[in-house]
Amino acid sequence: MQQLQNTGAGQTARSVSVVLAGSGGAGVMTAGNMLLEAAAGAGYYALMTRSSGPQIRGGEAAAMLRIACQPVECMEDQFHVLAAVDWENVQRFNAEIPLGPGSLIVGDPDQGDPPEVYLRSGAARAEVSLKKIAKSVPEGRANMVLLGTLAALLGLPDDAVARAVERTLGKRPAALAPSLAAVAAGRAAATGIERRYWLAPPPPKDGARWLLTGNEAAGYGAIKGGVRFVAAYPITPATELLEWMSPALAQVGGTLVQAEDELASINMAIGGSYGGVPSLTATSGPGLSLMIEALGLAVAAEIPVVVVDVMRVGPSTGIPTKSEQGDLNIAVHGLHGDAPHLVLAANSVADCLGTTQWAVQLAEALQAPAIVLSDQFLGQARAVVERPAQLAAGSGRAIAPGSTPGYRRYALTANGVSPMALPGTAGLAYTADGLEHAERGTPSSQATDHVAQLDKRRRKLTEWDYGDRWADVEGDAAANCAIVTFGSCTAPVREGLARAAAEGVAARLISLRLLAPLPARRLLAALDGVRDVLVIEQNHTAQLYKYLRAECDLPGRVTSLHRPGALQFSPGDIHRHLLEWSRA
Amino acid sequence: MNEVVSGTVAPVPVMRGPNEYKSDLKPVWCPGCGDFGVVNALAKAMAKLALEPQDVAVVSGIGCSSRIPAYMASYGFHGVHGRALAAGTGLKIARPDLTVIVTGGDGDGYSIGGNHFLHACRRNVDMTYIVMDNRVYGMTKGQPSPTTEPDWDSKLSPDGTGLREFQPLVIALTSGANFIARGFTGDPNGLAEIIEQAVRHPGFSFVEVLSPCVTFRPEQKEWKKLVMPDAFKPTPDVPRAVRRLLRDTGFDLGVLYAGERPPYAPRGPRAVRAPSDLEARFEL
Repeated sequence: MQQLQNTGAGQTARSVSVVLAGSGGAGVMTAGNMLLEAAAGAGYYALMTRSSGPQIRGGEAAAMLRIACQPVECMEDQFHVLAAVDWENVQRFNAEIPLGPGSLIVGDPDQGDPPEVYLRSGAARAEVSLKKIAKSVPEGRANMVLLGTLAALLGLPDDAVARAVERTLGKRPAALAPSLAAVAAGRAAATGIERRYWLAPPPPKDGARWLLTGNEAAGYGAIKGGVRFVAAYPITPATELLEWMSPALAQVGGTLVQAEDELASINMAIGGSYGGVPSLTATSGPGLSLMIEALGLAVAAEIPVVVVDVMRVGPSTGIPTKSEQGDLNIAVHGLHGDAPHLVLAANSVADCLGTTQWAVQLAEALQAPAIVLSDQFLGQARAVVERPAQLAAGSGRAIAPGSTPGYRRYALTANGVSPMALPGTAGLAYTADGLEHAERGTPSSQATDHVAQLDKRRRKLTEWDYGDRWADVEGDAAANCAIVTFGSCTAPVREGLARAAAEGVAARLISLRLLAPLPARRLLAALDGVRDVLVIEQNHTAQLYKYLRAECDLPGRVTSLHRPGALQFSPGDIHRHLLEWSRA
Repeated sequence: MNEVVSGTVAPVPVMRGPNEYKSDLKPVWCPGCGDFGVVNALAKAMAKLALEPQDVAVVSGIGCSSRIPAYMASYGFHGVHGRALAAGTGLKIARPDLTVIVTGGDGDGYSIGGNHFLHACRRNVDMTYIVMDNRVYGMTKGQPSPTTEPDWDSKLSPDGTGLREFQPLVIALTSGANFIARGFTGDPNGLAEIIEQAVRHPGFSFVEVLSPCVTFRPEQKEWKKLVMPDAFKPTPDVPRAVRRLLRDTGFDLGVLYAGERPPYAPRGPRAVRAPSDLEARFEL
């Protein structure tokens, strides 16, 4: 853990982390988003995650930001500043807001003392009469005052903050002037506060940057991959993905329909795809559980479909607003029978785009269902990222031409992929069936047909060339240690490893993007010469570790670092573990 | 499809006999099963409608009657138990050019798929739903379904379920189906006519078909004596249809309700832009 020490002097930092907290309705999310956009406008990279209590309205809320001179994909070990409009129930965030002696707590003295859990950190305190200052500005609000104070403390320029406020309130001119005045008042109130950290000058902007959430990135990736039909049932934390897609799809000529439940949404998507339109739905663990039977149908009837699972803490309703990687098992093993399908994992906000697009391409090319694992952290995090690289176009679905003589829908081809007839094509009518079938598609209970079709459905996935996208392979290629991880663990692992590397710990880092079918040959090649493998994941039972050990003979000593959700790994957690690991 | 485009005339629909709408597959059903009558009536209706077989998709779930897609010469989809309406809805919304006919039994549609039935009625997507109701689970060999009489004795529910029967027409009417009718497999011509009207009618058309199970409910052979052809007279008026249902014997046949609600249409702008245009909202 990198403790923020009180050095007694102000420091220039290349990365500063800030929490804006308060009771729901106090506007901390609005202010947080404005701070994020101001940082983006000033030329910084930034990441914002949100945490809130279970209440629909009201309850505690926190916007957590990290603003930096380099791309950032996870939070730091501790926050430099905790700033609150009020302290109502803010102590409930407890472990989510780690502070150190070098941190600064900014609060309104009229709202009482900060919770003891934060004061114990030894952080310094600063007081700003947010509500009083807000009252001195006609129509002023305390969250805007706080925004001004924080912008001043971090050294964000006036014009960038003003542009961010205008961007949000541009459509409500009546709110704009009071907000800008409140921001200015908050900035003035910061002059008496001893500044502990301010941001180093922003890096030169050498390419286009985007500001988006992982859920938006996944939605856009789906559209880029060709999805034009979506069936949606709301569920936290996937709802925003579907809400983003609804108008976006309409603009590209696609359609979204709200289903009555997840059983309907997955079956609607499969129905649309059977009609030839690439289709998708998004959900979280409880919804994925309901969709599993239909995914088996998509395997058997060979109908492409993509499900984005924005994972949350499970089992059952669990903690809907917080992140965990606990759905790996159900995604890989949940289907009954022998049902080969695709499971992919996005490993950053930006990668939600590329991985979802790739999932659509693979599902279409292989006529199989694909599950994309994202999670609450990635899905709801909003980040400034480099414009994502373009993926090459996929090969698309093999469609049977109308002239095909003696058409057999499930013909036993060399690569296992059989051209699909689309309804409307004369002479090729067939019945897509979840019953085991012969090549023509007619139901069959013959063992020979069953084995032949099982082989075919497996063959098409195992024979496919997945190229280099199966994983991000980084780190010291000559090292004889390797870390294997996936999804949102990747960023803290990468950052923790960089710290450990500076202290002489060398390791390769493999972040798996293709989880099923597991590219065991490529994984073992990437681990060639390794004597020590560490598998890192965020769940309680080491699901990835067990899966990898079952699927391939990992070299050397293999250990696991796993921890259930709600709290993301910090780079410091990983750093500390790597030092122990290297000594063991 | 049959529109005149820049001087070329679309081909006149080919007239086909009903048998051309059937596949060469032999049904798995017991001899005497009512569902044979539905294959015949459906084929007859398709012929009357002069549909191109390839432009029709027959979608089903699981159960004896759900085997029907493979027995037609059109495209078929035989999915999972209870979800046929969802699959059909997705297909029709994604491919509005197709004629979508969803088929199944009383267990599939009213029990495991009951929620989809309610919402398909509400949503009013332009498709036809044919339920072959034999008041029993036949494929699993004789368990009570939602439409089974409360005192019907079976291994799973000895002495009966004690539960009142599900009322499909009442549910369809109160949930918003746009066309509601009842037919009988013993009257294939009357049934064909009802199906033809159901397919023609815009929005969600529901046809409840009394289709006897001669194996597990042999007493249903008597249905032919109980049915009352043309007992319903179609009305677009919901209160009128409700009143008519109050004196429904369960064997009244015909079209009960033909509503005027516009079919489901996706909302939002339909302008077609390049996907890359969406990037503007992310750019800083």
